[in-house]
Amino acid sequence: MESLTTRAGMWLALLVLAVMAAALGHDFGYSAQMTIVALAAGIALWWTLVGSKIDALGNWLKPAQDETAYDDDPVRWGVIATLFWGMAGFAAGLFIACQLAFPQLNFEPYLNFGRVRPLHTSAVIFAFGGNALIASSFYVVQRTCRARLAFPGLARFVFWGYQLFIVLAAVGYLLGVTQGKEYAEPEWHVDWWLTVVWVSYLLVFVGTIVKRREPHIYVANWFYLAFILTVALLHVVNNLDMPVSLLGSRSYPLFGGVQGALVQWWYGHNAVGFFLTAGFLAMMYYFVPKQAERPIYSYRLSIVHFWSLIFLYIWAGPHHLHYTALPDWAQTLGMVFSIMLWMPSWGGMINGLLTLNGAWDKIRTDPIIRMMVWALAFYGMSTFEGPMLSIKWVNSMSHYTDWTIGHVHSGALGWNGMITFAVLYFLAPRLWGRTRLYSLRMVNWHFWLATIGIVFYASSMWVAGMMQGYMWREYGADGYLVNSFAETVAAMWPMYVARAFGGLLYLSGAVIMVVNIWLTIAGKLRDEKPMTSPTYNPAADRPLVAGPAAPLAA
Amino acid sequence: MTETTKEALSGHKRLERNVTLLGGLALVVVAIGGIVEIAPLFWIDNTIEQVDGMRAYTPLEQAGRDIYVREGCYNCHSQMIRPFRDEVERYGHYSLAAESMFDHPFQWGSKRTGPDLARVGGRYSDSWHVQHLTNPQSVVPVSVMPQYGFLSEDPLDFEYIGENLTALSRVGVPYTEKDIEQARQDVLGQADPATPAGDLAERYPGAQSRDFDGNPDEITEMDALVAYLQVLGTMVDVQAAAAQEDLATETGR
Repeated sequence: MESLTTRAGMWLALLVLAVMAAALGHDFGYSAQMTIVALAAGIALWWTLVGSKIDALGNWLKPAQDETAYDDDPVRWGVIATLFWGMAGFAAGLFIACQLAFPQLNFEPYLNFGRVRPLHTSAVIFAFGGNALIASSFYVVQRTCRARLAFPGLARFVFWGYQLFIVLAAVGYLLGVTQGKEYAEPEWHVDWWLTVVWVSYLLVFVGTIVKRREPHIYVANWFYLAFILTVALLHVVNNLDMPVSLLGSRSYPLFGGVQGALVQWWYGHNAVGFFLTAGFLAMMYYFVPKQAERPIYSYRLSIVHFWSLIFLYIWAGPHHLHYTALPDWAQTLGMVFSIMLWMPSWGGMINGLLTLNGAWDKIRTDPIIRMMVWALAFYGMSTFEGPMLSIKWVNSMSHYTDWTIGHVHSGALGWNGMITFAVLYFLAPRLWGRTRLYSLRMVNWHFWLATIGIVFYASSMWVAGMMQGYMWREYGADGYLVNSFAETVAAMWPMYVARAFGGLLYLSGAVIMVVNIWLTIAGKLRDEKPMTSPTYNPAADRPLVAGPAAPLAA
Repeated sequence: MTETTKEALSGHKRLERNVTLLGGLALVVVAIGGIVEIAPLFWIDNTIEQVDGMRAYTPLEQAGRDIYVREGCYNCHSQMIRPFRDEVERYGHYSLAAESMFDHPFQWGSKRTGPDLARVGGRYSDSWHVQHLTNPQSVVPVSVMPQYGFLSEDPLDFEYIGENLTALSRVGVPYTEKDIEQARQDVLGQADPATPAGDLAERYPGAQSRDFDGNPDEITEMDALVAYLQVLGTMVDVQAAAAQEDLATETGR
């Protein structure tokens, strides 16, 4: 009872504060965001006092009491949230891709490119990727520790709190609330909220590891742990801001100029390194062996992979600042470490790919395995391209061009997207207790649409980037620059159209996935020629409850 | 397996059984690179030196900068000229670290869908900027830039501009108490032809006072943004002998 009063009191306090902030806010964006916070706090308050007692809702949202089953509700919601934000993020991406080809699609002020582009990047990285990471980590950490989630209430707060963070950030971008740093656009109050959510996430994750019934912490959890810890570190340091007022959205970053630039790209590059790499490698280390029904290729390689990857990645940030006013020695360090990073990256890829030793035929028969292998292939490709682009000589041509955009997307669409799709396909039938997906052939369709989409995307951006790089620096025999800037913009048009087409294909594939998973959840099976898929044994998919606990060092 | 590998693996087994050790060591390993690269930037000459002419933005220019940030201009425009022949010819002298020392946040950018803006100040007339921002395609037919005509409609909100300067001074931008006190008056003095500029040009050397958006009756967001664009890259005389000498003798490059 006491905890009920405390919880209700907390939500009430937040509600009152948010209403006051909304009423007194200095700018419209801030007031709008605080209204959303007030709404969320109101819902939470209602839930604490009334909603959780309504049986139909309570059964759906409250932690299940069955100690013999894993606590999978937050994972199920996470799968749905991943699908939802994925669609939103891909659609926003297609929209801004079309804006670059057809500028008439800009609708001032709210839907101008400059405001929608952060919406796209945040939606795909933090909303789609973030939900996939949180959901999959909750799934994996329970299975590999053979224990239920620690702090089930907090785990639910992590899920809903993270969705609130996404909504606040997204609404803010369209209303012009941004601190103007790439991939760290949310303003100070949204940053603080994310910090609270993230620390709760760390507590749930580490708490579950502490109460594990297995002596060893499985390698996937090392990667998840490094991802959660490092993202916390990056987020806090890069968002040290001085708010103008507690009643306004504007803040000014503590670090400015060259220091601000390096802190930002230390953050920015390691958002790639730890959010989009370490976290997704954790997925690989669990789901690839599971789907292939083979143990991971090499335990020793995992150890080398883990420590070398997290050590080297953090140094690579300065390669985003080649030939800028950042001191040369820092640029060179960034370049050297980026090139060294190639090795652990490929070590991880090899560890994943060779897990298929003895099961390579599954690429033919199992479209989910095919997606995983393809994801690893794209991971290998973009982690080769990255070090190459970090070489100063290459970078002098490629920087500021669309080649960078192409590089990011071969990694994001190919690696992060494909591995996430595979994981969602793996999870859906298991989480909702279905014998298999609605349709494996639709997975096949998704695979090919996505692959062809990526090919269009990456190749058009390679061409666009090289054209820009060489046209900007082209000199005529008379010793003058040949091209005006406008001419280089005009030359991009066919590439921008081809890129948007690639994005359309990728989005279409994702639509097929949403339909497929939707019908899987609905319990339907498509009548189709079967493709083999690993069997699922629900009796083995349970925590160990009976018997003495194994002796552990916590 | 050799003895050393065996030992290393058994050592690692300890980490695998203890989440505190594992997490702690991971955090240490991750912290090293950042510390080695970032910390020196706070004391080496090249990154903290003052260059003649650098001053804080006037309140109006800073308000324009806030709009630049708000609209996400950095998504398509860089403010960092690299030391290459073509860039220097196209955009002007390469950018110095000191030129963005008062930029919170920095806006160097990472993509040039549009041209670099580090030295765009004084290159075009105010009316060109207004027309271009209102309808970029009317000036550059092949441009893919969005339209920003609403900036001319929206009055500039500078009720709390003094608080903005206070926050900036807390992160190290050298605004004096007088600058902060006078901030609202300074906005009027710089953008409203009917209000005398007072000592604005003494506290902000080189600050230009005029109606920027072609509408002298109202101070709009367009006034602020154009004032900001017109000051970009104009503070430091990079060709001056002093600047060149500073560059030649600095350490830590």
